Amino acid sequence: MKADLPVIELEGVAKRYGAVEAVRDASFDLPQGACVALVGHNGAGKTTLMKLMLGLIRPSAGRLRVLGEDPAAGAAQARRRLGWLPESVTFNPALTGQEVLRFFARLKGEPAAAADALLERVGLIEAARRRIGGYSKGMRQRLGVAQALLGSPRAVLLDEPTTGLDPEVRQGLYDMLTELAGGGTTVLLSSHALEELEGRVERVVIMDHGRVVADGSLAELRRLARLPVRLRLALVGDAWPDWLRPDFAPHRLGNGLVELSCPPEAKMALLRQAAADPHVADLDLEPPTLDELYVHFLRSRDGVAP
Amino acid sequence: MKGVLLMAGKEIREGIRNRWVVAATLLLAALALTLAFLGAAPAGRVGAGALEVVVVSLSSLSIFLLPLIALLLSHDAIVGEAERGTLLLLLSYPLARWQVVIGKFLGHVGIIGAATLLGYGAAALALTLAGQPVTAAGWQAFGWMLGSSVLLGAAFVALGILVSTLVRDRGAAAGIAVGLWLLLVLLWDMALLGLLVADAGQTLTANTVDALLLLNPADAYRLFNLAGLADVRLLSGMAALGGESGLAPALLLASLAAWAVVPLLAATAFFTRREL
Repeated sequence: MKADLPVIELEGVAKRYGAVEAVRDASFDLPQGACVALVGHNGAGKTTLMKLMLGLIRPSAGRLRVLGEDPAAGAAQARRRLGWLPESVTFNPALTGQEVLRFFARLKGEPAAAADALLERVGLIEAARRRIGGYSKGMRQRLGVAQALLGSPRAVLLDEPTTGLDPEVRQGLYDMLTELAGGGTTVLLSSHALEELEGRVERVVIMDHGRVVADGSLAELRRLARLPVRLRLALVGDAWPDWLRPDFAPHRLGNGLVELSCPPEAKMALLRQAAADPHVADLDLEPPTLDELYVHFLRSRDGVAP
Repeated sequence: MKGVLLMAGKEIREGIRNRWVVAATLLLAALALTLAFLGAAPAGRVGAGALEVVVVSLSSLSIFLLPLIALLLSHDAIVGEAERGTLLLLLSYPLARWQVVIGKFLGHVGIIGAATLLGYGAAALALTLAGQPVTAAGWQAFGWMLGSSVLLGAAFVALGILVSTLVRDRGAAAGIAVGLWLLLVLLWDMALLGLLVADAGQTLTANTVDALLLLNPADAYRLFNLAGLADVRLLSGMAALGGESGLAPALLLASLAAWAVVPLLAATAFFTRREL
């Protein structure tokens, strides 16, 4: 496989369930080794999109290619190199973690040792011979991650992978995903916990009512959204610096703190002035968060829609 | 094929884990042993082999019990996994849907086969150990009964799996399975009998009755075991019927096999087309 060939390609993909349009006209490519977040509220079409990529459902319109093949054509070869973690993953509670993972490993043509190595990797080796019925939510989720990583997949799709995980495990999961993407595996994860994606993913695809409303790196989305940058200054004394123009909407927060927001292109000029002013004792810069970006893109979508 | 065997192995493992195998085997063994030793008393007077008596009583029992066990086991096969949320993950693996259906079928037939062979085999073994006279013909009849019992189980496993692929909730699957059992095991014969009495031999020909019997796996099984084998026929009081019915044992077995294959193919076809 050539490195520049997209691992997952969508062209005008739509999926209707009766009158409900779960996905409409979705087009994007995921290159090899990309770590991409699929963001949207519940029912925005994230899970449907993943099911389409896995070939579990067929698109009503459009073209979809995963690892160069049509996933709905039942191509077992492509599925061997795909991993999926469904939202709130469940397993037969009567079986042990090891039994389940070894079964899945054999389905992918992997030896049982591969399953055991993954149990070790997700920290379940001690619980491997216990029944899944006795596992905590976090342990089940880790078993789910382990099965998604079987067979050194070229792409992993993770549906809300961090819900129900405690912060330490979540951190470990993101480290694992970064490592995977570094090794050339395409990682697509859906989430609505936006704040934790900051700095973890290189690209964000925002979905709303089945449509892709924004797609790009965080920096690109920030530039597109032109959301104001928030600046917080700690001022010495009560003097109001004359360069604080009213169109930056400065307001006092108390304790000598002043907050203002400025358009991105005015940011550097403002910073130079603030740095040169001896009245400014400290300064904090807050770029718009992913949450704000998300809200912005959803609003602009609503503005366009009739 | 590998996928099918892996699926079947998983079903059997789950069957062992949730005690299905043990429960079914113990139930069948207990009933078979009871019948074997209760049935051994009249055997002396009639002068028939002890095993033939067991074949008659066990096949009468199997008609009710095996379909029930098979349907209880299989009605949940697809819809249960769908409702528990394990089906989609399974299907995201390099495994075709027909492999899932056939694998589950083989696994369930394996469970029923093991329970039947062990349970009924225990009865035959106990009879031999107790010093009852057992003829070669008796063993043959017993062997045919075992084989056709597994086939009967397979037919109802296939029907249960078909139900499981057609409905979207477990309750409905269970309801339909029970209905199917009532219809095929109890109501069919009553209706047929009622029809024959009402008709009083006016319009229904022997061929029509034969066809109606073949249309029900339980009847095909009953005829095969009670009327198909000469020595057993005398014992079961079906001598007249066995003589008159134009249904050869091979045809009855073929009917049973068709009852296993056709619903299974239908289930595979439905499941492959179904949107999840």
